[in-house]
Amino acid sequence: MIVSVNGTPTELAAGATVATVLAGLELPGSGGRGVAVAVGAEVVPRPDWERRALAEGDHVEILTAIQGG
Amino acid sequence: MAVDHRTTADPLILAGVTLHSRLFLGTGGFSSLEAMGEAIAASGTELVTLALRRVDPAARGSIVDVVEAAGVRLLPNTAGCFTARDAVLTARLAREAFQTDWVKLEVIGDDRTLLPDAPALLEAAETLVAEGFVVLPYTTDDPILARRLEDVGCAAVMPLGSPIGSGMGIGNPYNLSIMIERAGVPVVLDAGVGTASDAALAMELGCDAVLCASAISRARNPTAMARAIAGAVEAGRLARGAGRIPRRRHAEPSTPEAGMPDFGA
Repeated sequence: MIVSVNGTPTELAAGATVATVLAGLELPGSGGRGVAVAVGAEVVPRPDWERRALAEGDHVEILTAIQGG
Repeated sequence: MAVDHRTTADPLILAGVTLHSRLFLGTGGFSSLEAMGEAIAASGTELVTLALRRVDPAARGSIVDVVEAAGVRLLPNTAGCFTARDAVLTARLAREAFQTDWVKLEVIGDDRTLLPDAPALLEAAETLVAEGFVVLPYTTDDPILARRLEDVGCAAVMPLGSPIGSGMGIGNPYNLSIMIERAGVPVVLDAGVGTASDAALAMELGCDAVLCASAISRARNPTAMARAIAGAVEAGRLARGAGRIPRRRHAEPSTPEAGMPDFGA
Protein backbone atom coordinates (compact mmCIF):
# COMPACT_ATOMS: atom_id res chain seq x y z
CA MET A 1 0.00 0.00 0.00
CA ILE A 2 1.04 3.59 -0.54
CA VAL A 3 1.04 5.92 2.47
CA SER A 4 2.14 9.54 2.53
CA VAL A 5 4.92 9.99 5.10
CA ASN A 6 5.68 13.66 5.67
CA GLY A 7 4.46 14.34 2.17
CA THR A 8 6.46 11.56 0.48
CA PRO A 9 4.52 8.64 -1.02
CA THR A 10 5.93 5.56 0.67
CA GLU A 11 5.39 1.87 -0.12
CA LEU A 12 4.55 -0.12 3.00
CA ALA A 13 3.66 -3.78 3.53
CA ALA A 14 0.11 -4.58 4.54
CA GLY A 15 -0.25 -4.49 8.32
CA ALA A 16 2.28 -1.68 8.73
CA THR A 17 1.80 0.48 11.78
CA VAL A 18 3.00 3.89 12.87
CA ALA A 19 5.89 2.13 14.60
CA THR A 20 6.86 0.51 11.27
CA VAL A 21 7.23 3.92 9.69
CA LEU A 22 9.16 5.36 12.64
CA ALA A 23 11.58 2.43 12.63
CA GLY A 24 12.67 3.46 9.14
CA LEU A 25 13.61 6.97 10.24
CA GLU A 26 16.50 8.32 12.22
CA LEU A 27 14.71 10.18 14.96
CA PRO A 28 16.39 13.12 16.66
CA GLY A 29 16.98 13.15 20.41
CA SER A 30 17.00 10.08 22.55
CA GLY A 31 14.23 7.50 22.31
CA GLY A 32 11.98 9.49 20.04
CA ARG A 33 11.52 12.12 22.75
CA GLY A 34 10.23 15.35 21.29
CA VAL A 35 8.50 13.50 18.46
CA ALA A 36 4.77 13.45 17.77
CA VAL A 37 2.76 11.63 15.12
CA ALA A 38 -0.53 12.41 13.41
CA VAL A 39 -2.42 10.21 10.98
CA GLY A 40 -4.62 12.62 9.13
CA ALA A 41 -6.02 14.92 11.81
CA GLU A 42 -5.70 12.29 14.54
CA VAL A 43 -2.88 12.52 17.06
CA VAL A 44 -1.44 9.06 17.71
CA PRO A 45 -0.11 8.93 21.29
CA ARG A 46 3.21 7.20 21.78
CA PRO A 47 1.73 4.14 23.56
CA ASP A 48 -0.38 3.49 20.44
CA TRP A 49 2.45 3.66 17.87
CA GLU A 50 2.88 -0.14 17.84
CA ARG A 51 -0.77 -0.92 17.25
CA ARG A 52 -2.03 1.95 15.12
CA ALA A 53 -2.42 0.27 11.73
CA LEU A 54 -2.11 2.31 8.57
CA ALA A 55 -4.31 2.11 5.51
CA GLU A 56 -3.84 2.90 1.83
CA GLY A 57 -3.78 6.66 1.28
CA ASP A 58 -3.20 7.64 4.93
CA HIS A 59 -1.28 10.84 5.55
CA VAL A 60 1.27 10.30 8.30
CA GLU A 61 2.94 13.39 9.73
CA ILE A 62 5.97 12.86 11.97
CA LEU A 63 6.93 16.04 13.72
CA THR A 64 9.68 17.15 16.01
CA ALA A 65 10.98 20.25 17.70
CA ILE A 66 12.79 22.93 15.79
CA GLN A 67 13.86 26.42 16.75
CA GLY A 68 10.93 28.77 16.53
CA GLY A 69 9.76 32.01 18.07
CA MET B 1 28.13 40.64 33.68
CA ALA B 2 24.82 38.88 33.26
CA VAL B 3 22.02 40.17 35.42
CA ASP B 4 21.12 37.64 38.08
CA HIS B 5 17.34 37.66 38.06
CA ARG B 6 17.15 35.14 40.80
CA THR B 7 18.21 37.78 43.29
CA THR B 8 15.02 39.75 42.71
CA ALA B 9 12.18 38.84 45.03
CA ASP B 10 9.59 39.72 42.44
CA PRO B 11 8.71 36.54 40.61
CA LEU B 12 6.04 36.18 37.95
CA ILE B 13 3.35 33.61 38.71
CA LEU B 14 2.09 32.21 35.44
CA ALA B 15 -0.57 29.50 35.54
CA GLY B 16 0.61 28.64 39.04
CA VAL B 17 4.27 28.36 38.04
CA THR B 18 6.82 30.71 39.59
CA LEU B 19 9.22 32.28 37.09
CA HIS B 20 12.06 34.39 38.43
CA SER B 21 12.99 35.81 35.04
CA ARG B 22 10.43 37.95 33.28
CA LEU B 23 12.15 37.43 29.93
CA PHE B 24 10.86 34.59 27.76
CA LEU B 25 13.11 33.58 24.89
CA GLY B 26 11.93 32.62 21.44
CA THR B 27 14.41 30.24 19.85
CA GLY B 28 13.76 31.11 16.21
CA GLY B 29 16.57 32.67 14.19
CA PHE B 30 19.69 31.49 16.02
CA SER B 31 22.50 30.46 13.68
CA SER B 32 23.16 27.28 15.67
CA LEU B 33 22.06 25.32 18.72
CA GLU B 34 25.30 26.42 20.40
CA ALA B 35 24.47 30.10 19.88
CA MET B 36 20.97 29.43 21.21
CA GLY B 37 22.34 27.68 24.29
CA GLU B 38 24.68 30.57 25.05
CA ALA B 39 21.86 33.10 24.69
CA ILE B 40 19.58 31.05 26.97
CA ALA B 41 22.26 31.10 29.63
CA ALA B 42 23.05 34.82 29.17
CA SER B 43 19.38 35.81 29.25
CA GLY B 44 18.61 34.08 32.53
CA THR B 45 15.30 33.00 30.99
CA GLU B 46 13.33 30.10 32.42
CA LEU B 47 10.86 29.70 29.54
CA VAL B 48 11.75 29.17 25.88
CA THR B 49 9.59 28.58 22.85
CA LEU B 50 9.92 25.75 20.37
CA ALA B 51 8.12 24.96 17.13
CA LEU B 52 7.03 21.66 15.58
CA ARG B 53 7.92 20.71 12.03
CA ARG B 54 8.39 17.55 10.00
CA VAL B 55 11.33 15.41 11.08
CA ASP B 56 14.37 16.32 9.01
CA PRO B 57 16.73 13.34 8.67
CA ALA B 58 19.58 15.77 7.92
CA ALA B 59 19.12 17.76 11.13
CA ARG B 60 22.07 17.84 13.52
CA GLY B 61 21.50 17.70 17.27
CA SER B 62 18.29 17.97 19.21
CA ILE B 63 16.97 21.30 20.37
CA VAL B 64 15.06 19.54 23.15
CA ASP B 65 18.32 18.16 24.54
CA VAL B 66 19.89 21.64 24.55
CA VAL B 67 16.89 23.27 26.16
CA GLU B 68 16.52 20.59 28.80
CA ALA B 69 20.23 20.72 29.57
CA ALA B 70 19.73 24.43 30.26
CA GLY B 71 17.07 23.52 32.81
CA VAL B 72 14.39 25.77 31.36
CA ARG B 73 10.71 25.15 30.75
CA LEU B 74 9.47 24.46 27.20
CA LEU B 75 6.76 26.51 25.56
CA PRO B 76 5.72 24.93 22.25
CA ASN B 77 4.15 27.28 19.74
CA THR B 78 1.74 26.88 16.83
CA ALA B 79 3.74 29.13 14.52
CA GLY B 80 2.74 28.95 10.90
CA CYS B 81 -0.88 27.90 11.53
CA PHE B 82 -3.44 29.86 9.57
CA THR B 83 -6.60 28.15 10.86
CA ALA B 84 -7.99 27.32 14.28
CA ARG B 85 -8.11 23.64 13.25
CA ASP B 86 -4.41 23.49 12.38
CA ALA B 87 -3.43 25.38 15.53
CA VAL B 88 -5.49 23.06 17.75
CA LEU B 89 -4.02 19.98 16.09
CA THR B 90 -0.49 21.37 16.39
CA ALA B 91 -1.05 22.10 20.09
CA ARG B 92 -2.23 18.53 20.65
CA LEU B 93 0.87 17.21 18.87
CA ALA B 94 3.09 19.50 20.91
CA ARG B 95 1.54 18.19 24.11
CA GLU B 96 2.30 14.67 22.92
CA ALA B 97 5.87 15.51 21.91
CA PHE B 98 6.90 17.56 24.94
CA GLN B 99 4.55 16.39 27.71
CA THR B 100 3.50 19.93 28.51
CA ASP B 101 0.03 21.47 28.54
CA TRP B 102 1.49 24.90 27.87
CA VAL B 103 1.12 26.32 24.39
CA LYS B 104 1.94 29.62 22.80
CA LEU B 105 -1.07 29.88 20.54
CA GLU B 106 -0.52 31.59 17.21
CA VAL B 107 -3.15 31.72 14.50
CA ILE B 108 -1.84 33.92 11.74
CA GLY B 109 -3.94 35.93 9.31
CA ASP B 110 -1.52 36.27 6.42
CA ASP B 111 2.10 35.79 5.42
CA ARG B 112 2.95 39.41 4.84
CA THR B 113 1.94 40.84 8.22
CA LEU B 114 1.96 37.68 10.38
CA LEU B 115 -0.75 39.45 12.36
CA PRO B 116 -3.12 37.31 14.43
CA ASP B 117 -6.46 36.25 12.94
CA ALA B 118 -8.69 37.39 15.81
CA PRO B 119 -11.81 35.21 15.31
CA ALA B 120 -9.77 32.08 14.61
CA LEU B 121 -7.48 32.81 17.57
CA LEU B 122 -10.43 33.10 19.92
CA GLU B 123 -12.00 29.91 18.58
CA ALA B 124 -8.75 27.94 18.96
CA ALA B 125 -8.15 29.36 22.45
CA GLU B 126 -11.59 28.30 23.63
CA THR B 127 -11.14 24.78 22.25
CA LEU B 128 -7.71 24.32 23.81
CA VAL B 129 -8.72 25.69 27.22
CA ALA B 130 -11.59 23.16 27.22
CA GLU B 131 -9.01 20.42 26.53
CA GLY B 132 -6.97 21.45 29.57
CA PHE B 133 -4.24 23.44 27.87
CA VAL B 134 -2.54 26.43 29.47
CA VAL B 135 -3.10 28.80 26.58
CA LEU B 136 -0.80 31.77 26.05
CA PRO B 137 -2.15 33.50 22.95
CA TYR B 138 -0.14 35.76 20.65
CA THR B 139 -2.62 38.54 20.04
CA THR B 140 -2.91 42.06 18.65
CA ASP B 141 -2.71 45.10 20.92
CA ASP B 142 -6.52 45.32 20.95
CA PRO B 143 -7.68 45.53 24.59
CA ILE B 144 -11.12 44.12 23.75
CA LEU B 145 -9.70 41.02 22.07
CA ALA B 146 -7.40 40.58 25.07
CA ARG B 147 -10.42 40.65 27.35
CA ARG B 148 -12.23 38.09 25.21
CA LEU B 149 -9.19 35.80 25.35
CA GLU B 150 -9.09 36.18 29.12
CA ASP B 151 -12.84 35.46 29.28
CA VAL B 152 -12.42 32.11 27.48
CA GLY B 153 -9.78 31.10 30.02
CA CYS B 154 -6.36 32.01 28.61
CA ALA B 155 -3.64 32.02 31.28
CA ALA B 156 -2.06 35.19 29.90
CA VAL B 157 -2.38 37.48 26.92
CA MET B 158 0.63 38.13 24.71
CA PRO B 159 0.10 41.26 22.62
CA LEU B 160 2.44 42.37 19.89
CA GLY B 161 4.20 45.72 20.12
CA SER B 162 4.67 45.64 16.35
CA PRO B 163 4.77 42.81 13.77
CA ILE B 164 6.86 39.69 14.38
CA GLY B 165 10.50 40.20 13.47
CA SER B 166 9.96 43.86 12.57
CA GLY B 167 12.02 45.27 15.44
CA MET B 168 9.73 48.31 15.38
CA GLY B 169 9.17 48.39 19.13
CA ILE B 170 5.86 49.34 20.70
CA GLY B 171 3.68 51.01 18.09
CA ASN B 172 0.76 51.84 20.33
CA PRO B 173 1.73 52.18 23.99
CA TYR B 174 -1.71 53.63 24.80
CA ASN B 175 -3.53 50.47 23.71
CA LEU B 176 -1.05 48.41 25.66
CA SER B 177 -1.62 50.55 28.76
CA ILE B 178 -5.39 50.14 28.50
CA MET B 179 -4.98 46.38 28.14
CA ILE B 180 -2.69 46.24 31.17
CA GLU B 181 -5.05 48.34 33.34
CA ARG B 182 -7.92 45.97 32.67
CA ALA B 183 -6.19 42.61 32.49
CA GLY B 184 -6.79 39.99 35.15
CA VAL B 185 -4.06 37.73 33.74
CA PRO B 186 -0.40 38.47 33.02
CA VAL B 187 0.31 40.58 29.92
CA VAL B 188 3.41 39.53 28.01
CA LEU B 189 4.76 41.68 25.19
CA ASP B 190 5.29 39.13 22.47
CA ALA B 191 6.62 40.74 19.31
CA GLY B 192 8.30 43.82 17.98
CA VAL B 193 11.21 44.24 20.38
CA GLY B 194 14.19 45.52 18.40
CA THR B 195 16.58 46.37 21.19
CA ALA B 196 16.85 46.70 24.95
CA SER B 197 14.97 50.00 25.31
CA ASP B 198 11.85 48.46 23.73
CA ALA B 199 11.82 45.76 26.41
CA ALA B 200 12.36 48.34 29.16
CA LEU B 201 9.46 50.42 27.84
CA ALA B 202 7.18 47.37 27.79
CA MET B 203 7.95 46.70 31.44
CA GLU B 204 7.62 50.38 32.39
CA LEU B 205 4.16 50.38 30.83
CA GLY B 206 3.29 47.53 33.16
CA CYS B 207 3.77 44.38 31.12
CA ASP B 208 4.41 41.37 33.34
CA ALA B 209 7.03 39.89 31.02
CA VAL B 210 8.57 40.20 27.56
CA LEU B 211 8.97 37.47 24.97
CA CYS B 212 11.82 38.11 22.61
CA ALA B 213 13.21 36.10 19.71
CA SER B 214 14.62 37.93 16.68
CA ALA B 215 15.97 40.91 18.64
CA ILE B 216 18.32 38.49 20.37
CA SER B 217 18.78 35.68 17.86
CA ARG B 218 19.45 37.97 14.89
CA ALA B 219 21.55 40.53 16.77
CA ARG B 220 25.17 40.68 15.63
CA ASN B 221 26.11 39.36 19.06
CA PRO B 222 23.14 37.38 20.38
CA THR B 223 24.74 36.61 23.74
CA ALA B 224 25.46 40.27 24.46
CA MET B 225 21.96 41.27 23.35
CA ALA B 226 20.46 38.59 25.58
CA ARG B 227 22.24 40.19 28.53
CA ALA B 228 21.18 43.67 27.46
CA ILE B 229 17.53 42.76 27.11
CA ALA B 230 17.52 40.81 30.37
CA GLY B 231 18.89 43.90 32.10
CA ALA B 232 16.29 46.09 30.38
CA VAL B 233 13.44 43.84 31.48
CA GLU B 234 14.65 44.03 35.05
CA ALA B 235 15.25 47.80 34.89
CA GLY B 236 11.81 48.40 33.40
CA ARG B 237 10.16 46.26 36.06
CA LEU B 238 11.95 48.14 38.83
CA ALA B 239 11.05 51.50 37.29
CA ARG B 240 7.40 50.50 36.99
CA GLY B 241 7.32 49.60 40.67
CA ALA B 242 9.26 52.71 41.65
CA GLY B 243 6.68 55.00 40.04
CA ARG B 244 7.78 57.47 37.39
CA ILE B 245 7.26 61.21 37.83
CA PRO B 246 4.43 62.79 35.85
CA ARG B 247 5.24 64.35 32.49
CA ARG B 248 5.06 68.19 32.44
CA ARG B 249 5.15 70.70 29.65
CA HIS B 250 7.40 73.06 31.63
CA ALA B 251 10.39 72.75 33.90
CA GLU B 252 10.07 71.96 37.58
CA PRO B 253 13.19 73.01 39.55
CA SER B 254 14.76 70.34 41.66
CA THR B 255 16.73 72.91 43.68
CA PRO B 256 14.75 74.95 46.23
CA GLU B 257 14.29 78.66 45.40
CA ALA B 258 13.96 79.66 49.07
CA GLY B 259 17.17 81.04 50.52
CA MET B 260 18.49 82.45 47.24
CA PRO B 261 20.98 85.26 48.00
CA ASP B 262 20.46 88.79 46.71
CA PHE B 263 23.65 90.06 45.04
CA GLY B 264 22.35 93.60 44.60
CA ALA B 265 21.74 95.49 41.39
